[in-house]
Amino acid sequence: MSDNDQQLRVSKIRNGTVIDHIAGGQALNVLAILGIDGTSGDSVSVAMNMPSDRLGHKDVVKVEGRELSQDEVDVLSLIAPAATINIIRDYEVVEKRRVERPSVVVGVLECPNRNCITTEDEPVDSRFAVGDDGVRCEYCDTIIRDDLPAHILAE
Amino acid sequence: MRHDHIISAKQLSRGDIETVLDHAADIAADPGAFADRHTDTLLGMLFFEPSTRTKMSFTTAMKRLGGDIVDMGSVESSSVKKGESLADTVRVVEGYTDALVLRHPMEGSAKMASEFVDVPLVNAGDGAGQHPTQTLLDLYTIRENAGFDDLTIGIMGDLKYGRTVHSLAHALTTVDARQHFVSPESLQLPRSVRYDLHEAGAEVREHTDLDEILPELDVLYVTRIQAERFPDESEYREVAGQYQIDAGTLEAAKDDLTVMHPLPRVDEIAHDVDETTHAQYFQQAHNGVPVRMALLDLILGGDQ
Ligand SMILES: [Zn+2]
Repeated sequence: MSDNDQQLRVSKIRNGTVIDHIAGGQALNVLAILGIDGTSGDSVSVAMNMPSDRLGHKDVVKVEGRELSQDEVDVLSLIAPAATINIIRDYEVVEKRRVERPSVVVGVLECPNRNCITTEDEPVDSRFAVGDDGVRCEYCDTIIRDDLPAHILAE
Repeated sequence: MRHDHIISAKQLSRGDIETVLDHAADIAADPGAFADRHTDTLLGMLFFEPSTRTKMSFTTAMKRLGGDIVDMGSVESSSVKKGESLADTVRVVEGYTDALVLRHPMEGSAKMASEFVDVPLVNAGDGAGQHPTQTLLDLYTIRENAGFDDLTIGIMGDLKYGRTVHSLAHALTTVDARQHFVSPESLQLPRSVRYDLHEAGAEVREHTDLDEILPELDVLYVTRIQAERFPDESEYREVAGQYQIDAGTLEAAKDDLTVMHPLPRVDEIAHDVDETTHAQYFQQAHNGVPVRMALLDLILGGDQ
């Protein structure tokens, strides 16, 4: 593999965020959880199933023109606990962040209980408390243990 | 006690519970002394699904404190029918009243509604979720009859869908009661409730047969098993039949066993039990009034 190939797959960004060490196959879920769908016009590049010493296979996401906040980064812990975040300014890494599990995630997941008030047309965001082995809806107490990406709210 | 809204029994500490029950006991001992307590108070009744009994109990409680109620009426005749959100409805009605009582078919509705209002809001049942005043009147009945010290209780019937049971079981962990859960296997406690009880330090003992533990019990709390939980009528009859009690069943129990039921009952407690000293379910329903009076008085500032 030449340097040029590498270049094509994931080009360097000037200003923005590089999310590295995402578990292989989770990149699109990372974009969904961050609400990045390309409509803002910023360039987004995704590399999936890259070889990784730590993870076997990893995904990498680069978002041009947007610096993720710590809150946004923390939400990623639900699906990409090993992710590392590099904030880039003028092609240089100016800050590295690790994801930390937040105590609560707001407006990210959809409650699977169809009789939960947060699934109705009401002016309320979903709120899930994050526990050791799952997340719990703060409105109806429903617990999600498995397959969190399937519950990410469509924008 | 300082709570703006009463959403779930889980928000109440042992101290909060004792405060409400002590106050309810004072009221029950001399209701007349509280008759002018809240003469200028209006309680807003928002019942998005019918629950005549709960509504009557709250209405009685408010009127016995000297206040009055304003009632949204049935959903069919209200703005809700025209598609108004719950958040809008409560924000309008809070302007008319000093406190709100909400009954709604969706889980989490009371918590959400409380986030939009400044007057105290009491949850009178949110779908399969919480019904804290039922829990408080259950606790009051248990304390009056059996006390909280060294309490052994059996909870029998539909433990899977019965929100009354989930809320009561959780509240009983605050008084360290020994709890036995008796149900058909298909209607055992759901995972989330069992998890909560473990977290609260309770040992969950599950049984399919009442006979194993009946002689140990101070309280037997019976709930209805509904036919719609079963694929067909014959299976329902066979299973439900094993969880019905009559006076004969109770011969194996302690003399001072207290039998409770949230009512209405169908045939899970035979009428011959009514004549025994065990039967406390009608008194339990009556206790809803002093308990709701106590709670309303406390959230409306009666403790100041
Ligand atoms: Zn929910």
